[in-house]
Amino acid sequence: MSTESRLRLVWVYPDLLSTYGDRGNLLILEHRAALRGLPVECIEVRSDQPMPADGDIYLLGGGEDGPQSLAAQRLAADGGLHRAVDRGAVVFAVCAGYQLLGHSFYAKGTQCRGLEMLDLHSDRGPTRAVGEIAGEIDPRLGLPPLTGFENHGGRTHLGPGAHPLARVTTGIGNDGQTEGAWNGRILGTYSHGPALARNPDLADLLLRWATGGDLAPIDDTWPDRLRRERLAAVAR
Amino acid sequence: MTTKKLPLRAKLATSATRGAAALSRATGRGDGSVIGGRIGLMIDPNLLTELAAGRRIVLISGTNGKTTTTRLTTAAVSVLGEVASNALGANMPTGHTSALAKAGPTPYAVLEVDEHYLPQVLDTTRPRVVALLNLSRDQLDRAKEVAMMAALWRETLVGRDVHVVANADDPMVTWAAQSAEHVTWVAAGQRWHDDSWVCPECGSAIERNGDAWWCNGCPLRRPVPEWTVQQDGVVDPTGTYHEVKLQLPGRVNRANAATALAVAAHFRVRVEDALPRLAEVKSVAGRYATVERDGRLIRLLLAKNPAGWLEAFDMAEQVPTLLSINARDPDGLDTSWLYDVDFSPLRGRRVLISGDRAMDLAVRLTVNAIPFEHIPSFSQALASVPPGRLEVIANYTAFQDIRAELDRVN
Ligand SMILES: [Zn+2]
Repeated sequence: MSTESRLRLVWVYPDLLSTYGDRGNLLILEHRAALRGLPVECIEVRSDQPMPADGDIYLLGGGEDGPQSLAAQRLAADGGLHRAVDRGAVVFAVCAGYQLLGHSFYAKGTQCRGLEMLDLHSDRGPTRAVGEIAGEIDPRLGLPPLTGFENHGGRTHLGPGAHPLARVTTGIGNDGQTEGAWNGRILGTYSHGPALARNPDLADLLLRWATGGDLAPIDDTWPDRLRRERLAAVAR
Repeated sequence: MTTKKLPLRAKLATSATRGAAALSRATGRGDGSVIGGRIGLMIDPNLLTELAAGRRIVLISGTNGKTTTTRLTTAAVSVLGEVASNALGANMPTGHTSALAKAGPTPYAVLEVDEHYLPQVLDTTRPRVVALLNLSRDQLDRAKEVAMMAALWRETLVGRDVHVVANADDPMVTWAAQSAEHVTWVAAGQRWHDDSWVCPECGSAIERNGDAWWCNGCPLRRPVPEWTVQQDGVVDPTGTYHEVKLQLPGRVNRANAATALAVAAHFRVRVEDALPRLAEVKSVAGRYATVERDGRLIRLLLAKNPAGWLEAFDMAEQVPTLLSINARDPDGLDTSWLYDVDFSPLRGRRVLISGDRAMDLAVRLTVNAIPFEHIPSFSQALASVPPGRLEVIANYTAFQDIRAELDRVN
C-alpha cells in the first residue's frame, strides 16, 4: 500500500474500457475496504490523462474492438501501468481488459499487440459466449467456486507462464475448459461486468494482495445468498 | 385512404389480420397484434406499405419513452382527425401492420418503432415525420451497441424525404439526425450521460457544461434547439412559453410532450389546441396508472435500462418504494447494469425489493449503502406497507407480473 496508507484504486480508461456494470468492481472493492476501516481513494484515469504508477489496484473493464486496441496502444505508450506492475501493484481485468494483458488479441479482424503482462494470447472463437459461467478456482488461491456472466466472442490460449483462474463447469471462458488467468498479482477473467459482486472472496484476495495483511470478516449475507442462487441455477 | 383503394390481396390480408387478432384476443392469448400482423404479412408481404399509403405517418423511435411519446403524439395530432397507432407497444412491422389494419382508414398514424427496425419501417411506410428520442445502453447481451445504432440511423436518414424531430441534448441522436435534410431540434434533456462521452464522429472526448455539449476534436456540438422544456412547461420556436399540465409524472414526460408538440406542429397543430389533449392522457399501457388495492395507492413505473431507472427515480414520490427485477428473455439475461445505476436518490425512503433477481439487487443496494427489505412476493409487499402511497419501479417482465397480479387489462 502507498505511503499515505490510503488504498489507491485506479480505474483504467473508463472512457474506453467500460461496458455494462464495469464500475461495479470499483464500487465493491471500495465498499469492502471501507467496511474494514481502510481509507480508500478511487482514481478514474481517462485515456487522455497520464496513468499514475503509484496505485495499489488497477481495474480494467470490457470494451468494443476499437476502444480495446486504442487502450492497448495508449497504455503501452504511457508506461505507467507497467511501472506500477513492476512495483508490485495488483491488476484485475475483465473481458477486453483481460485480453489486452496478453501478448496479442484480435480486434476488428487484425492482430493487435497486447501489454505482455500475462503469458497468453487471444483470438476469435466460432461462437459468441453469452450466459452464466461457473468453475472451480485454482486451489492455490484458496477461493470458493467462481460464478459470473460472460459475454464475449474471444478465445484465450494460456502459455506456461499463466495459471488458469478456474476449471470451467458451466460456460465457455477461455476455451470451454479453463476460464481466466493469473500470475503473481495480475488476474484476469471473462466474467463480465461486476464480477466481484458474485465473488466477494476474490475481491478480498485482491485487497489482501494490495494491503499485505489479513482482513476482518464482514457480513456477507446477501453476496452469499446471491452466490448460492446463481450456482444452484447452473447446477440444475 | 379508403379500404376500397386496397388491392384485393391486401383487402384479404387486412381482414385476415383483424380476424386473427380478434381470435387471439378471444382465446386470451394477448392483444393479438403480433400474430394478426404476421398472418396478414404472410398473405401479402406488401401489406404494411399498402396500409400506410395515403396516410400521414409519424414514426417514434429511441431507447426510452417510445410508448409514452407515441401516446402523447397521437393525442396531439388527434386535433386534426382520427389517428391510428400501435398504442400497446407492439413496435415491429407485425405490430404496425396489425394497428393499421385494425384502425381502418384514418388520415394519420403515429407508430412506435423498435430502434433496430427504423430503416425497414422508413422504407415500408414512407412517413412524413420521424421523432428520435434518445439512445442508451439496453440489453448489451443482445442489442447493438449505442454507437452502432446511431450509425445505422445516420446512414438510413441520408437523402430521405422525411422531416426529423430530434433530441438536441443527446449527442448520439444529434449525430444520427444531422444526416437528415430537415430537422427540428428539441431540447428534450438527457439525465444519462454514460453512453456519450466519446464522439461518434471522431472518437474525441465530448465535453459538457450545463446544457451545452461539444466535441473536442470535430465540429459536432449541441444544435440550437427550437423547442425547450422549462420549469413546468415548453417554449415553442416563437419563444412563447406554454404551461404543460400532464397527468404523467416527471420532467421526462414534459420532454416527451415537447417532442409530441413539435411533431404535431409540423402538421400545423397549434400548441394551445394540443395541450388539452395531452392533459387527458392518464396512463400508457398500464404505466403511471395509480391502482387502489386494500387502501394502498399503487403507482407502477416501468424502467428497462439504466437511463430509465434514473428517470423513474425522478418521477417517484418520497413514499415506500418497491423495486422488482427479473432477468428473463425480454429483460436481457444480464443484471450487470444494476451497477450503472446510482440508487442513492432512494436513500431515506423505505425500500422493498422483490423479483426473480432480487438477490442481485440486494447486493447492489448493500454496496450503495441503501437499507432495504427483501419481500418474496408482490402481495406480501402490499401487506407489509401501511395504507397510503406505494411506488413500484420494475423492469419489463417484473412489471408485467405485477400488472397481472393487479388484474389490470389496459
Ligand atoms: Zn468529434
